[in-house]
Amino acid sequence: MTVLFVALGAAAGAALRYLTGRWVTSAKFPWPTLTVNVAGSLLLGFLIGLPVAPWLAALLGTGFCGALTTYSTFSLETLQLARGGQRLRAGAYVIISLVAGLAAAYLGILIAGGHR
Amino acid sequence: MRNIPVVVAVAVGGVVGALARYGLSTLWPSVWTVWAINVTGCFLIGVLTVLITRRRPESRLIRPFWTTGVLGGYTTFSTASVDVVRATPATALALLGATIVSALLAVWLGTALAERVVAR
Repeated sequence: MTVLFVALGAAAGAALRYLTGRWVTSAKFPWPTLTVNVAGSLLLGFLIGLPVAPWLAALLGTGFCGALTTYSTFSLETLQLARGGQRLRAGAYVIISLVAGLAAAYLGILIAGGHR
Repeated sequence: MRNIPVVVAVAVGGVVGALARYGLSTLWPSVWTVWAINVTGCFLIGVLTVLITRRRPESRLIRPFWTTGVLGGYTTFSTASVDVVRATPATALALLGATIVSALLAVWLGTALAERVVAR
């Protein structure tokens, strides 16, 4: 059963990540990926802080948050910025993503009232 | 509405990638398994982006399925963030540093290797 919940959540998460890329226009900076990565880190922190039932963790945590967020596209975009002569922007993208992702995860756990 | 086939390809790919991540994390439950998943996913997105862009530029669905779908579903930024926040300070720093450095090296290496192959 858990596999089914992971699959359902992943289908929604991956589709939403793709659609975010279509909605959030970004000519100069990878805002769509940053948006989904920070939002997913916040939600996963919240789920882990509560914590939720195993089926809900599989659906929303492993499935939805896992597929909504991406490390591979984040790395690829960083490389493409650096190779395109935008080294400062690439560095800023990495630092903003990591700091905002960690802050969001921490905040999610705090909001849930959980402990680290 | 012409985007519907692409959305479906991304969703199906996302399920495949997420199930692979779920399987590996269940077999070896560790923050370093997530690290390995993210690093291998970064290497593969480098390889596949070059191969697909050069060899199959006309296809509308292959790249969204493999990169946005499978590898996007396989790798995860949220678990990487939460794992660092929940780790002890020493492990947190090692995990954060190891993940970002090896992820960027992996995508660069994957891209460089694939560019050598397609240049032949």
